[in-house]
Amino acid sequence: MSVHKVIGIETEFGIVHRGAGESNPVTASSMLINAYLSDLEHEQRAGPKVGWDFEDESPGNDARGPSGPASPPEVETHLVNAVLTNGARYYVDHAHPECSTPECADARAIVVYDRAAEAILQRSIVAANRLLPQGQELVVHKNNSDGKGNSYGCHENYLMARSVPFGKIVTHATAHFISRQIFTGSGKIGSEAPGLGVREVPYQLTQRADFFEAEVGLETTLKRPIVNTRDEPHADAQKYRRLHVIVGDANCSETATFLKVGSTAFVLAMVEDDALPRTFVFRSPVQAMRQVSYDVDLQQPLELIDGTTITALDVQWELLDRSRKWAEERGLDSVGGDVGAKVLDTWEEILAGLESDPMTLADRLDWVAKYRILSGYRERHGLEWGDHRLSALALQYHDVRPERSLAARAGLRRITDDAEVAAAMTEPPVDTRAYFRGRCLQRWASQVVAANWDSIVFDVGQDSLRRVPMMEPMRGTRAHVGTLVDESATPAELLARLGGA
Amino acid sequence: MAEQEQKRKVTPARKADEVTEVPATSETGEKLKADIDDLLDEIDEVLETNAEDFVRSYVQKGGQ
Repeated sequence: MSVHKVIGIETEFGIVHRGAGESNPVTASSMLINAYLSDLEHEQRAGPKVGWDFEDESPGNDARGPSGPASPPEVETHLVNAVLTNGARYYVDHAHPECSTPECADARAIVVYDRAAEAILQRSIVAANRLLPQGQELVVHKNNSDGKGNSYGCHENYLMARSVPFGKIVTHATAHFISRQIFTGSGKIGSEAPGLGVREVPYQLTQRADFFEAEVGLETTLKRPIVNTRDEPHADAQKYRRLHVIVGDANCSETATFLKVGSTAFVLAMVEDDALPRTFVFRSPVQAMRQVSYDVDLQQPLELIDGTTITALDVQWELLDRSRKWAEERGLDSVGGDVGAKVLDTWEEILAGLESDPMTLADRLDWVAKYRILSGYRERHGLEWGDHRLSALALQYHDVRPERSLAARAGLRRITDDAEVAAAMTEPPVDTRAYFRGRCLQRWASQVVAANWDSIVFDVGQDSLRRVPMMEPMRGTRAHVGTLVDESATPAELLARLGGA
Repeated sequence: MAEQEQKRKVTPARKADEVTEVPATSETGEKLKADIDDLLDEIDEVLETNAEDFVRSYVQKGGQ
């Protein structure tokens, strides 16, 4: 039986300190995040800043076992790294500001918290710019490439059963990651792959496909693999693994985010339940990634290992049909119940649109919305695809500032509303352990020494600090601990009652 | 190939279900085309000053 697909998204944003001469992205990122935290403190909505706890971090662990290549990524511990009352993590990662959503129990909640992350960045920008001298400002983009060969990620995480052989995950996940690009792409002018440019690839579906050079591996910053093997469950390692997905684009379209994580949750749940009898093994997955991304007509036949070919669209139709059958037999509990049903309907609607006329999806998919804007501008002004004016538009599509963002003007359909997004900036989801983390921070920030995904450390005024482990991502919900947290006057009382519970 | 044929049987049926929605879809399509002109006018107004210089100097190293 598939485990509940608890999901999280981590987005690295592009950042520029404009008007400051040589801009240092690390300093700019720190400034951005600190400005937000100070702004919150100023408003008295949060107590002292709570730092991230690195006690349990082990990003070098490899899902393939100890024999995997050893080159653990470095974790920056000295830079600003905060836990927010909505259960999210907001920090400087390498040279980018990054926001990780709290753990969410379904695809719709992910969309809400992904939007909340954008709103947090927007408020950060305003707060930081107030502190900067006249003529200087921070500019932030929700994109994945600078157009000059540098990429940064929007990673997804899915809770999975430890018992599933990793090789089985690799096979099916690879087929999905390659084919889902037809709706997950955020669109890009030109190519950043070696030897290719705007002449060969005027426009492609995704920002990220150019940067994948391996099929399976531990790396995230170089020789990026389609399936990442980081084995760091942030949960009970005997029962769970966390599939760390690094192939996706950051989406501005809510429908694209919804379907990206929603469809992936279905595929992974089916892997756990052995509900995918047909496997699509590509002759060259790395090449197939690019072939799909470079084909705006969605007709490209992809070569399978058995010599036959299939299009990305047909792989997706098959996965959707299997998902419907699986849902009929097993139910939708592990993929969000009614939200799972909505995922299936959206999936079908999007595939049907892609099959008949992708341009009808300009209000739902990023790559189409951006293509429509760029094509319109190109025709109006008679420009070549390589024109810098088009590159400027393409970049500004992702500008996080509402007054500049072109995505915000593209007529994209909403799934969320502004009120729930504003609430999600400070309120945690109620149906995962993020609730416990967020509520404890709301109530007792001054006594929380540190927190991370699977524990909170309290200082209750005694000799030693008290660590509360949270190894079950679906426990610590409002239903489990809401009353307990509400009724406890102090963390000491909470801990005593938790111990007695 | 059996699976492929089976899927093909499913797909047209799915499309048949959508026949009723076709007028709405093309209406949406026409509206989108009309909207693009307004959008392009608006874009000229919100376009970053020195947008081309900005995009030329836009470099983002150190990402995952």
